[in-house]
This record gives sequence, C-alpha cells and structure tokens, in this order.
Amino acid sequence: MADLAEADEADLQRLVAAEQQKAQFTAQVHHFMELCWDKCVEKPGNRLDSRTENCLSSCVDRFIDTTFAITSRFAQIVQKGGQ
Amino acid sequence: MEGGFGSDFGGSGSGKLDPGLIMEQVKVQIAVANAQELLQRMTDKCFRKCIGKPGGSLDNSEQKCIAMCMDRYMDAWNTVSRAYNSRLQRERANM
Repeated sequence: MADLAEADEADLQRLVAAEQQKAQFTAQVHHFMELCWDKCVEKPGNRLDSRTENCLSSCVDRFIDTTFAITSRFAQIVQKGGQ
Repeated sequence: MEGGFGSDFGGSGSGKLDPGLIMEQVKVQIAVANAQELLQRMTDKCFRKCIGKPGGSLDNSEQKCIAMCMDRYMDAWNTVSRAYNSRLQRERANM
C-alpha cells in the first residue's frame, strides 16, 4: 500500500487484527447457536425461561470442555500410536 | 476512487489513504456479513421450529411463531455470546 505512511500502515494492521479477532468470536457464537439452539430451545415462547438460558450457557461450556477432552485424548492416542 | 457502498476509500486530494475511514468501511462490511449470516441461520432454525407440514401459505399461527422465534433466537444469541465471553475471560485468568 504505497499510499499509506508507515505509521498508518502499522495502525491499520493493528486495527484489522482487532476486527479479525472480533469476527472470530462472532463466527464461534454462530457455531454454538447451531448446536445449542436445537438442544435447548423447544417451542419459541414470549421469552427465554431460566431453564433455557442455563441450558444455553452450559451448552457453551460443555462444548468447550468437549473440545479440550478430545484434544488431550487425541494427543495421547497419537503419542501411543507413534512408536 | 469509489468503494463498495458508493463511498470514498478515505482518499483525500493528495492521494493519501486514511486508516480511520478505511476501518469504518471494514467494520460496516463485517457487520453486513454478520447480519446476513444471522438471518440465514435464524431462517433455517425458525422454519424447522414453526412450519410443520408446508401448506398453501403461512397461516396466522405460523407467522406468530416465526416472529417469536426471531426474538428468541436473538435472545439466545445474546445469552450464548455472554457465556462464551465469560468462559474466555475465565480461561485467560487461568493462564
């Protein structure tokens, strides 16, 4: 980008990186919604009751726990398999 | 030079680009993409929840269901967003 001053270019990189991080967060929320809506919401009512809200929060946490569990066990499997 | 929404790329007469204005447009485009994503997924989920056997048109109860479903979907989105944010902060605190 020849038209940007050096300081401006560094600024831009920083700002773009921040937006990328936000976008990653948002994409992850969309993904959670794919899974957790089906698990937690039955027939849509006038509001979300506390049972549904708790289910949605737990769903996020349990998915992350699952990710950790799979990652660590897979590492063990690979380690054992690679003699 | 014209940008995507008929706007300027933040260039002044001297031909220098303004990071601030560029970022404004980046944010708008990201927001638009996010809204499209949200609508597509919301439509999918609410169609599944609200429409049983597809008839000749959307009846009253189906339309009401769709409206409520949209609101609940956005409520759920916020709940999930908060939960994820909390978890990220907890994990960072433990690092």
